[in-house]
Amino acid sequence: MADNGELARHFERTIERDQRIEPRDWMPDGYRATMIRQIAQHAHSEIIGMQPEGGWITRAPSLRRKAILLAKVQDEAGHGLYLYAAAETLGADRTDLTERLISGAQKYSSIFNYPTLTYADVGVIGWLVDGAAICNQVPLCRSSYGPYARAMIRICKEESFHQRQGYELLMTMMRGTDAQREMVQDAVNRWWWPTLMMFGPPDAESRHTARSMAWKIKRHTNDELRQRFVDMTVPQAEALGVTLPDPQLRWNPERGHYDFGEVDWAEFKRVISGDGPCNAERIAVRRAAHEDGAWVREAAAAHAAKRARRSRHAKEAA
Amino acid sequence: MTGDGAVRAEWPLYEVFVRGKRGLNHVHVGSLRAADPEMALRNARDLYTRRNEGVSIWVVEAAQITASSPDEKDPFFAPSGDKVYRHPTFYEIPENVPHI
Repeated sequence: MADNGELARHFERTIERDQRIEPRDWMPDGYRATMIRQIAQHAHSEIIGMQPEGGWITRAPSLRRKAILLAKVQDEAGHGLYLYAAAETLGADRTDLTERLISGAQKYSSIFNYPTLTYADVGVIGWLVDGAAICNQVPLCRSSYGPYARAMIRICKEESFHQRQGYELLMTMMRGTDAQREMVQDAVNRWWWPTLMMFGPPDAESRHTARSMAWKIKRHTNDELRQRFVDMTVPQAEALGVTLPDPQLRWNPERGHYDFGEVDWAEFKRVISGDGPCNAERIAVRRAAHEDGAWVREAAAAHAAKRARRSRHAKEAA
Repeated sequence: MTGDGAVRAEWPLYEVFVRGKRGLNHVHVGSLRAADPEMALRNARDLYTRRNEGVSIWVVEAAQITASSPDEKDPFFAPSGDKVYRHPTFYEIPENVPHI
């Protein structure tokens, strides 16, 4: 039997060689706990993330837009389930994870605690929020934990549709009336800063970044990804014909990047710790869905048990 | 809660395998929870083949799988490690011998 020191060295070597850690490999407790926390938070975000847009499915302006939005929200549910499955490979219990979400013990992305006031918000969520998510998630396809990296590959393929449908929706509105263009600009104004918060606190204040980078769970720091997102988004905003609500935003030829203003980190902390515009509502809706669905889960389990019993009796009789 | 006929609060875990197209093997794509195999199959269709990713799905209860130890250094795979003569490149054939 290998002692813990040898197992730890084997783990470190696997990470160094850029190979993936798989579910039944030995791993440090801290690695396992970090992976479960990150994957669960990510799964919760996908599940809660159905709500801001879900309310617009019946109000989307055409059958085409309804079908698109329905497919997108269904994808978010799917992403949540891929991720819960990945968390389960680490020994996490799915019922327990749901419990932690609705009790507030585990968090989800702060972005979903903002309201969707107009239909333009659906487009801006696709363009900016899903765009930021892609920026965060593409490097996670090379994350050191195999099941997480594989789930991220599937998710990234599907997110690309999410971002493009959002941008196309906004382009359509921008070709419409003045009122529609104002609606788009208003939505951009409200979502821009919360979107930049999605990358997490500045590197200097991020508690988990250093260790997660060493374990190759994360490949880039929060600030690197935030900068990359801003650089990608500015030309998209110009093409769309909207302005981003940041007077300090300008190209810096020396850095080869856009400079931008400081995120309101006090607001970020407030929203993350439960005091955003929609926190209570999001959790209440999730809790109600879980509790109202309890009888369905029980009935299905009872039906399966009855069928298993009958087939056992039939075999015994034969 | 484990007695005959008792309702399990949790549905069992199923592993899902999808054949991408005719001519390919089924490949493991992930897992899901379902009350019974039929539900697992339907859920697998909705979860793992929303964009024509498959023409056939297998589901199997995760508890039914027997697996080797995942560690690559495990002696389980050692027997194949020192048998280079199982590979065609082990044998030297002169260049002027065709089609071999």
